[in-house]
Formats: sequence, C-alpha cells, structure tokens
Amino acid sequence: MDIVLQQLVNGLTLGSVYGLIAIGYTMVYGIIGMINFAHGDVYMVSSYLTAIAIALLTFFGFESFPIIIFGTLIFTIIVTGAYGWVIERVAYRPLRNSSRLSILISAIGMSLILQNYVQISQGARQQGIPTLLSGAIRFEVGDGFVQITYMKLFILFAAFLGMGILTYIIQKTKLGRMCRATQQDRKMASILGINTDRIISSVFVIGAAMAALAGVLVTLDYGAFDFYVGFIIGIKAFTAAVLGGIGSLPGAMLGGLILGLSEALFAGLISSDYKDVFSFSLLVVILIFRPSGLLGKPEVEKV
Amino acid sequence: MSNTVVRKTLVSLAVAGAAFAAQADVVIGVAGPHTGAYAAFGDQLWRGAEKAAMDINAKGGINGEMIKLIKADDACEPKQAVAVANRLVDSDEAVAVVGHFCSSSSIPASTIYEEAGVLMVTPGSTNPTLTDRGLPNVFRVCGRDDQQGDVAASYIVDELKAKRVAVLHDKDTYGKGLADATKAAMNAYGVKEVLYEGLTRGEKDFNALVTKIRSVDADVVYFGGLHSEAGPLVRQMREQGLTAKFISGDGIVSDEFVSVAGSPKYVDGVLMTFGADPTTYAAGKAVVEEFRASGVEPEGYVMYSYTAMQVVAAALGATDMDPVKAADWLHENSIDTVMGSKKFDDKGDLTVSDYVMYEWDKNGKYSMLYN
Repeated sequence: MDIVLQQLVNGLTLGSVYGLIAIGYTMVYGIIGMINFAHGDVYMVSSYLTAIAIALLTFFGFESFPIIIFGTLIFTIIVTGAYGWVIERVAYRPLRNSSRLSILISAIGMSLILQNYVQISQGARQQGIPTLLSGAIRFEVGDGFVQITYMKLFILFAAFLGMGILTYIIQKTKLGRMCRATQQDRKMASILGINTDRIISSVFVIGAAMAALAGVLVTLDYGAFDFYVGFIIGIKAFTAAVLGGIGSLPGAMLGGLILGLSEALFAGLISSDYKDVFSFSLLVVILIFRPSGLLGKPEVEKV
Repeated sequence: MSNTVVRKTLVSLAVAGAAFAAQADVVIGVAGPHTGAYAAFGDQLWRGAEKAAMDINAKGGINGEMIKLIKADDACEPKQAVAVANRLVDSDEAVAVVGHFCSSSSIPASTIYEEAGVLMVTPGSTNPTLTDRGLPNVFRVCGRDDQQGDVAASYIVDELKAKRVAVLHDKDTYGKGLADATKAAMNAYGVKEVLYEGLTRGEKDFNALVTKIRSVDADVVYFGGLHSEAGPLVRQMREQGLTAKFISGDGIVSDEFVSVAGSPKYVDGVLMTFGADPTTYAAGKAVVEEFRASGVEPEGYVMYSYTAMQVVAAALGATDMDPVKAADWLHENSIDTVMGSKKFDDKGDLTVSDYVMYEWDKNGKYSMLYN
C-alpha cells in the first residue's frame, strides 16, 4: 500500500513537470497550428540558465533558499521567454503564410541550432548543480512509509500555482481573451482590432516561460543536465499534449499528469524496462477511441 | 576563367598531397564520445592518446615517421560510430584506431576496421562480444565484463554477505552486458537477485524505480551503466531514504559522477570495480608526474588510452607500418607500456585481468579497497 502511494507521489511530480512543458506545445498548436519541435530545447536552455542564475546569486553572496529560488525563477523565466520570442520572430514568423511543412522543418532546424549552440558554448559535458533544499516529510502508512522531499512538495506547489496563474490569465484577463479570440479565428480577430502578431508572440513567450518554470524545478530537483536533456522530456511532453488533446490547455495538464502517473505506476508495479512501451501504447489506445485526445475538440474544416 | 581557377586549385592540391605523403605521417584515429553526455570519457581518451603521441614523436616517432592523430567523435551512438569509422578508413586513411569507448560503438565499428585491415585497440570497451567474435584486428587494454562482473559478484557475496540484491542496467550493450555478467556470477555463488530491471538512458527521473527497489527491500543495488544515469539514480535512492549499498562498474570512473549526483555526500560509500589504479605502475611514474605537472589528473581512462597508443606504436614499428601484420605481431609478443608489460591472447584480450574494488568517499574521490 505504501509503495502504491509512493508511486502516486512520484508520478504526480513527474506528471506536473510534463504538464508544464506540454502547455507550450499545446498553446502554440492551438494558435497557429504548428508543432514547435524546438520547445524541448527551450526547456534545455532554461536548465543552463538555472545553473547560471544560481552561480551568479551565490557569487553575490545570497545564500537563503527563498532568495535564490525566486531570483533564479525570475531570471530564468525572463531570459527563456526572450528565447521564445526570438525563436518565433526569427524562425516562424517569416514562414507564417507558407505551407505547414516548411514551418515544421524550420522548427526542427531551430531545435538543432539550440542544441549545437549550447553544446559548443557550454561544452558537451554533463553539468550538475549542488542540492539546495534537502530533507523530506514522512507519513507512516501501515508497516511502511510514504516520503515526499521538500523539493518535490515545492515542485507540486509551484507547478500547480503556475498552471493556476496561466488559467487565470487565459480565462479572465484581456490578454487571455485576445489569445482565445485569435485561436478561434485569426482573421476575424485581426479585423476586430487585435494585433494577432503580438498575441502569437506572447503565446510563444508564455509557453517558454512555462518550460522555464519546469526547467528550474527539474534542474533543482535532479541536479543534472546536459545539452541533450530537452529531447526525451520534450517528446514526453509532446505526447502528454497529444494525449490530453492538443490545443486544449486543461488537456495538456491532464495529459501530463496521466502520462507521469502511468509511467510511475507501470515502472513501479510491473516493469521499468517497458514503461515507455506502455505509455506510448496508452497514447495509441486513447487516440483510437478519441482521435483528438481526451479534452481536444475535433477539428472542423472552416468553409 | 573559373575553370582555370579550379584546375589550378586541383594542381596545387595534388602537389600538397604529394608533399604530405613524402612527409610520411602515420595517421591514427582516436575514436570516442568527444561530444554528448559521455564526452568526459572522450576527453580522457584524447588526453592519454595525445600525450602518448607527443612523447613518441619527441623520441623520433615510429621508425622516424610522425604520428598524426585524428579526433573521431562517435558520441557513443552506434550509428555515428559506423559513420566515423568509415570516414577514418576512407578519407583519413588511418592505419590504426585507439578507441572506441562505448562497447555499443566499438562492436559495429570493429567490423569496418576489420574489412579495411585497420588495427583497433580500445582503452575502455569491456563487453565480451567485442573480442568473442574472433576478429583478428581487435585488441583491448582493459578487462572484460565477465571478469569485472565476477569481482563484483564475489565481493557482494563474500564481503558484503548480501542476501537481497537488486540488479539494474541501462539497456545498452555495455551496461546490460555488465549487469548480466554480475548476475550470472552472483547466481553461480548461490545468491539470486530480488530485482532485475532496466532504465532508460538519457532520463533523469528514476523515482519510480527507486521506490520499487525500496519495495523489494534490497540491501545491495548493482547498476550496470554510466555515471550520467548512476548519479541521479544514487541521489534519488538516498533522497528516498534508501541506505542500500550502491555498486557499479568502470562506467562511473569520472569526477563528473560527483557533479551529476549533486553532492559528494551522495556518492559516499559507492563501490565500483575498475582496473588496479593505472597511475601506480612503476613504468608509468614519469608520465603520471608529467600529467600532474601540466595540471591534468590522469583519472579514469587516461592512462589506458596512453597504453593503447603505445601498443599501436610498438606493433606498427615492429611490422613496418602494416596494420594487418601488426595485429598478428600483437598476438605473439608482449609490449612494455606505462601500465606494465601487456600480453594479448588469441582473441585480443589481455592475458591478465586486474579488476579490484574501489570506494568513493565523502570528499568525492575514489580509492582502491584493500581486503
């Protein structure tokens, strides 16, 4: 029993991270109908920025955890957001009206550029950062125990807070209303006076910011990263986005959680060798019965 | 006009080529993961080989011909290993290769070297399959995983007296091969593993697996794989409160193991099997001191790579640069290296293996355990 509960905790933290990154895929798809393959690498860039921020803050003598974490978050989110903005401006906007294929290839190119740029500028070696927050809470369950490290608690808290803030922005604010309008009908929105280019840019910035949040949290927790770290987690997050219904914001979060939980439970209770096989089989099964994902709306041809 | 330019360029290239050939360099490839997650090992290979080549060249090269090194990057990916192997034999015209590092790269690449008649000496690929296929051109200056697994298994059974052992691996040729070798030896000593699982290379979250190790109540965890996964794995084990002994092989012999684990406190007490300290041989004392004087610690595979280069140079020197004859020569003769005298058997393995157990301490350094 304690083991199942522990696996739920493991899956929930992993899933919330997947969810955060999946948001970037789903929002971009929702608004311009492209899959941003460079998104995993934006996440990777944020891992490096996290390490840089921590190094800078400790260099200037800040030692308390809250200051370091908030400083790191602010720095990483702003710089990664700038990356998102630049990438859209340089690689996608010039191709906005060309075929979907060319923009897709541009995205793959962007992903390779980011990987190689980081590899050359930061070195190909594995990087690590020291543990900032250690310790854990234990709950006695039956004969065993369930343990949550403070870092994991912080991840859950920050991830859900981030998702909450984003939902609020999209549902309640003017920017969110403009985003939704652009998503529904870009031409109509621009006729009604919305600067759709700016909305698309801000969607990229928001997506990158969410990836940055995930990057900071994961880097602080696992402590290890390299220039290739965005690939696997990017694929997983993309899967989560498709699973939940690409284009749907709650779908991305739900998809992330389902994927994380299914991986942890399958690896923990059956076989860790086959956990990826299981996750992707789950994706196939869900797509057979719900082709547009769990919360996705079927695409209607506009006439 | 442009035609003349092209022609002129071609002519000058041809002249340059001829001059190059007259100078008669011996081209030797240094193949390994120079980029990617395992670049730390490529770095070690390159440092050892570079120093060895410089030292040999300073003494007049191989029979008067200078060694020219070519860095070949396989990133520890089998596909890329095949591509760089082809490039080394076709366009670089290498006569010998020091490398590769990962067994999963060395095995496919060795076939290409065999076809091209190129001598291959690997400093670090320990998977038995590499030499078991009987290719005449393949040698290694390190041990084999079945020897290594046996040392680990007897330590687990005799010294730690462990009853509940979890065996993990990274599903790769080296990692799974090593884990299987250890498992087989352990079973032969009468201990059955309580868990046998693989994890995915490149991932960082192993919490689900760690919880599973907890659920089987293991007192020893054996991991076949590299430091980039071993680091997060041991850290997550300790974070979840697991105190089980962590044992791995020669895939974690790098200072990076400490930095990926996040802190020296997590690697404290980790055990690993590795060849007897390569820096302690009397024959290599001077080289080790030169390394340290230049600010380079000859850790991990640096001395192995140096040794491999010496083996290549000795064999080529004795056989007038014919790599095929050099391979035959190596099967017959023993070579004096910075790691003592080395002799190869018919397969190209060393006749003597020298695996011992090492332990990492709380300062993030490793040292040999003397029983």
